Amino acid sequence: MRKPLYRDHALVLRVQRLGEADRIITLLTRAHGRVRAVAKGVRRTTSRFGGRLEPFGHIDVQCTEGSSLDTVTQVEGIELFGRRFIEDYPRYTAASAIVETAERLTPIEREPSLRLYLLTLGALNALSQGERLPTLVLDAYFLRAMAYAGWAPALRDCAVCAEPGPHRSFSVPAGGLVCVNCRPPGAAHPTQTAIGLMNALLEGNWDAVEGVDVKVRNESSGLVAAHLQWHLERGLRSLPLVDRRETTS
Amino acid sequence: MYEGPIQDLIDEFGRLPGIGPKSAQRLAFHVLAADATDVKRLALALTRAKEEVRFCTSCFNVAEAELCRICRDPRRRDDALCVVEEPKDVVAIERTGEFRGRYHVLGGAINPLEGIGPDQLKVRELMSRLSSGSINELILATDPNTEGEATATYLALMVKPMGITVTRLASGLPVGGDLEYADEITLGRAFEGRRKL
Ligand SMILES: [Zn+2]
Ligand SMILES: [Zn+2]
Repeated sequence: MRKPLYRDHALVLRVQRLGEADRIITLLTRAHGRVRAVAKGVRRTTSRFGGRLEPFGHIDVQCTEGSSLDTVTQVEGIELFGRRFIEDYPRYTAASAIVETAERLTPIEREPSLRLYLLTLGALNALSQGERLPTLVLDAYFLRAMAYAGWAPALRDCAVCAEPGPHRSFSVPAGGLVCVNCRPPGAAHPTQTAIGLMNALLEGNWDAVEGVDVKVRNESSGLVAAHLQWHLERGLRSLPLVDRRETTS
Repeated sequence: MYEGPIQDLIDEFGRLPGIGPKSAQRLAFHVLAADATDVKRLALALTRAKEEVRFCTSCFNVAEAELCRICRDPRRRDDALCVVEEPKDVVAIERTGEFRGRYHVLGGAINPLEGIGPDQLKVRELMSRLSSGSINELILATDPNTEGEATATYLALMVKPMGITVTRLASGLPVGGDLEYADEITLGRAFEGRRKL
């Protein structure tokens, strides 16, 4: 019996060595969700796949289905974002955190996740354009990905009782901003500008993001990271390695 | 599932990199079918390698003494240092005969997804070798794939302010491949045509 074949657009989330010269490629596809596929002989210098199965690539791929792993049979590059990130270390580390998040938010293989696919593609694209600071692109991605997963931080009304804001306390375990009545011990007191920045990033209001100073950006990054790490079962491995040096390219 | 020692052996093989459950089972039954003396030799080679092979305290290549063969060789040049990911890359470059300097083995490439950053590699040790002042050229010979290129970018960023010439193997090595699979001629050319970063 011939194995079923499918073709789809996909983002390369992760590549791992397998055996002598193969790799296992984790893909977030447009229509087939997250899949893992073997790329045979890809580490040999004569591979017909060339560099098209490198991390962060936006590709057009054809696979045959297998019981546990699929097999890549054809691949065309649409936009090989990785080629731009390798020349800019902070962007490489931010891109790594983006694809690791995409992988973690798709725990079940082959479950279609079109919105997350489009969000991830958009984030890699924005990162490769080089117009926005990598850490802002990353925080915007984290906030929106969390919103899709149903655990965006409450940034206006109280996370516990929905009392309309503005509120001054922020508690990661409580789910974001909390009113004086709901405030648990140990809640943080972020600046209003940091909360404003998080709102702007969540809503994609980039005009409001321009010119926010580095202190506020770091404050917002810290809250976003804490919120994300709280909700993921185990922390992102790439997050502590994100290089927050500011480069322009 | 099998019982007792055979399942233990399958489990042990299965923990090796790149070995799936089917391969582990095949290897285990190969061992069972093999001659007792061959199996003893394999077991001895495993324990001896672990007990006797060390890492060079200067370049982190595999070594039998405190320093590896290349670091001990007085005929090698001290002014050029070639950075590679793994000891097998030293072997690949040595085969080309293009390089007479010394090496530094990082122990991998920067790969945030696997939790591997500069601190998990021999980067600090590299910086301290470079600060000795005798090295004029640093050749970055990490793999021509995304992790290897990003590692080269990171090292160039760190080293350039020290005033050392930083070079990268010429493109021409296919993207996505492992350095060890490049043939001697291609790798030799990439070495010869290295470009300044
Ligand atoms: Zn409340
Ligand atoms: Zn040595």
